[in-house]
Amino acid sequence: MNRNLTARILASVAGLALLASSGGAGAAKPKDQSAAAKAAMEINKNPYPSTYQRYGGPPTALVGATVYDGAGGRIDNGVVLFAEGRVVAVGGADLAIPAGYSRIDGTGKFVTPGIIDTHSHLGDYPSPSVAAHQDGNEMTDPITPQVWAEHSVWPQDPGFSRAMANGGITALQILPGSGNLMGGRSVTLKNVPSRTVQGMKFPAAPYGMKMACGENPKRVYGEKGRLPSTRMGNFALNRTNWIKAQEYRTKRNEGKLETRDLAMETLAGVLDGEILVHNHCYRADEMALVLDMAKEFGYKVSSFHHAVESYKIGDLLKAAGTCSSIWADWWGFKMESYDGIPENAALLQQAGACVVIHSDDENGIQRLNQEAAKAQADGRRAGIQIADADVIRWLTLNPAIAMGIDKQTGSLAPGKMADVVLWNGNPLSVYSRPEKVWIDGALMFDGNDPKRRAVSDFELGQPGEGDVK
Amino acid sequence: MSAAWKTALALLGSVAATPLLAQDAGRDWAITNARVVIGDGSAPIERGTVVVRGGKVIAAGADVAVPAGVRTIDARGGWVTPGLFVAVTNLGLVDVEQVTESSDESADTAQFNAALDVAPAINPLSQQIAVSRAGGITRAAIAPSSSTAIFAGQGAVIDLATDGTPITSARAFQYVELGEAGAALAGGSRISAHAALRNALGEAQGFATRSHDAMLTRADAAALIPVVTGKQQLLVHVERAQDIRMVLALRTEFPSLKLVIVGASEGWLVAREIAAAGVPVIASPLNDLPAQFETLAATQSNVGRMTAAGVKVAIGKLSNNDQPRWAPQYAGNLVALNKVPGAKGLSWGQAFATISSIPAEILGLGDRFGSLKPGRAGDLVIWDGDPLEVTSGVIAVYIDGVEQPLSNHQTRLRERYRTPAEGSLPKAYDW
Repeated sequence: MNRNLTARILASVAGLALLASSGGAGAAKPKDQSAAAKAAMEINKNPYPSTYQRYGGPPTALVGATVYDGAGGRIDNGVVLFAEGRVVAVGGADLAIPAGYSRIDGTGKFVTPGIIDTHSHLGDYPSPSVAAHQDGNEMTDPITPQVWAEHSVWPQDPGFSRAMANGGITALQILPGSGNLMGGRSVTLKNVPSRTVQGMKFPAAPYGMKMACGENPKRVYGEKGRLPSTRMGNFALNRTNWIKAQEYRTKRNEGKLETRDLAMETLAGVLDGEILVHNHCYRADEMALVLDMAKEFGYKVSSFHHAVESYKIGDLLKAAGTCSSIWADWWGFKMESYDGIPENAALLQQAGACVVIHSDDENGIQRLNQEAAKAQADGRRAGIQIADADVIRWLTLNPAIAMGIDKQTGSLAPGKMADVVLWNGNPLSVYSRPEKVWIDGALMFDGNDPKRRAVSDFELGQPGEGDVK
Repeated sequence: MSAAWKTALALLGSVAATPLLAQDAGRDWAITNARVVIGDGSAPIERGTVVVRGGKVIAAGADVAVPAGVRTIDARGGWVTPGLFVAVTNLGLVDVEQVTESSDESADTAQFNAALDVAPAINPLSQQIAVSRAGGITRAAIAPSSSTAIFAGQGAVIDLATDGTPITSARAFQYVELGEAGAALAGGSRISAHAALRNALGEAQGFATRSHDAMLTRADAAALIPVVTGKQQLLVHVERAQDIRMVLALRTEFPSLKLVIVGASEGWLVAREIAAAGVPVIASPLNDLPAQFETLAATQSNVGRMTAAGVKVAIGKLSNNDQPRWAPQYAGNLVALNKVPGAKGLSWGQAFATISSIPAEILGLGDRFGSLKPGRAGDLVIWDGDPLEVTSGVIAVYIDGVEQPLSNHQTRLRERYRTPAEGSLPKAYDW
């Protein structure tokens, strides 16, 4: 796994010379400033709109299973009703099932909302992980808020199907990598196969912006002999750009912009509160500095990512309302991860801070449920008791909140998207797997039906096509 | 509080309350009332007993009597297993993977390759070892990483005890890359990798009559003599089905080679050929993505299908952020496949054996480690639940019969930060 992390950083450096030599021919400035300026001011904030439309499915009643609603609720022998793509009702065994619903017996099984990953590189670092596929880090400049992950995502990445079949993933955020301080915009996807990335885009999800602290940016650019080569350089360059963004935003608000600036549009979107910041950051002391930088410039960090030292500052994170998107127990693979501990999630939960279990990994995304179970058990052994239903929230409603899609999905509440997983056993066990996965009420994976298993274009005609994975 | 957790606390108390006396007295003890896992593929034994004397298992099973005068630990229904044996990892060679100053895993400008021997570099006080020990690992096969040639060098089998003598078996095997990684190391193709391999083994065969234009250093050629004569195992990392076939075919040219295949993501496609050749496999456990073109057919059913075809399969190749302590989780996932239609998993006993007796046997040490059969080392773990279940944890670890400390950097941080805010003095005074 970590080999891939390292490769992601290094491989993009190799492509540098090529990119640098092909750049440079910037567009000439139009002479008629007023007309161009007027056109530029009419910014289309959604130029690559979602074309996703839900697939069909009959009104469905899941009956008899243990239901975790994703918001901390648990119903034994519960009933979940969904129709026309939406959750209709969730209740106990006495909930009446309207006529016309097809019943699925969930006795001995478990139901959760679809699992959501705040941190994935499926599509922008797809399989196979060859040099030609390294599309996640625009490491030609440490400040690239102008790049959008959706322009890198390859919808044929076979990893999407594994994430659904083994991990029950129904929505995920694809982030740019962490080589840059400001790495670009993320894109939030429904985990549905599509010919186009637009066909996967989660309707009306806000954009995120990836930022990164610490070792990666200073290493990547320090090795090129340019700013930043230190942590203080990281902050200086970030602050320089936030100042520019504030000035840009003021001019924009006063109607004084003359040209468009893709980078500043993203940063201004953050300052407007429309674009959510997702900040890769390991160390507690650095996260505390980032929280102050966010105050300095008037934005909010929606979630820190990796955050192996969040347990040291649970109080600060709670006060800031910032989630920690973390692994259960990764540690010790780089200097800034040396203080990672398996009780990170439990200590955060105990402090009242927001916990999200994330993957950043095409294998880990297939087992987020197991990672949550590990983190819960490590907490229990340290004397911190966390209910199963609250642990499921780390994989469902909390990531939805961090990604700004919690009004649409992340819990089984009437009117929300019917993104649902039926597990063949307790999802907080190594022995359980998704049996069926619905997205907007459409059955997109069924372990009992080999044809209800997505096979990407890449896999057709190749060894292992359509195999159980 | 679960019953298992209460048992764990009670057990901790009873273990802690029994101070180790002299070394030998400490190495004589018995565990009773345990769910005993022998580690040889058999199912767990309820209400079993394990007796350890002089640091070795002398009996384990349901009808085992505790000799008079032997200290007894009541497991109260808890699980007792052999210590885990992780085949092919880098424990002890690395403190922090990306802190190159702390890593002895590879040597990018070294003069030697096959002659490299990991044994002098193993650091038993590494936190990677301490954390892995707390996860129930007691033995591991440590391989270097290839950096200037297809040959990585000679690996060792180690224990994870704190006594400062980690080496169980030095120069236990030679490690070589022959897939995509081997191609890159050999100059850019599998063709050049196979040429390099044949040249090297040829130079080892003709070591006494080496000519002046030999390509290998004298030390590297000498290091390959035990490989080509079959006195030392050759661990070969390949993933692609056809690469596996080409490895099996090597024995027509070099009949004495003792081959072990490492990785083998596409092994299921050639499982019967591997079984017929009698070559064991140390498999990456859960690869199911075409991560490279050499793993197009990867599936989590790989281990189950190879095992069903009669291949001796351990799981391993776990380093860095594919942490060795996740071995039981990976084994548990192979059990989970039994409930997935169309998938091929392992029984619980088989799955546990892939991280205990089978890797020990593959490394030629099955008569000493990896199970609780009489005569094996007293490498034992007491767990608070099913050891393959992700919610279970380790209560106690014994190596050669000696109870091991489970505290480490992580447990100390956990204690310090039970509450994040500073107290009457800064956190730095809280230790």
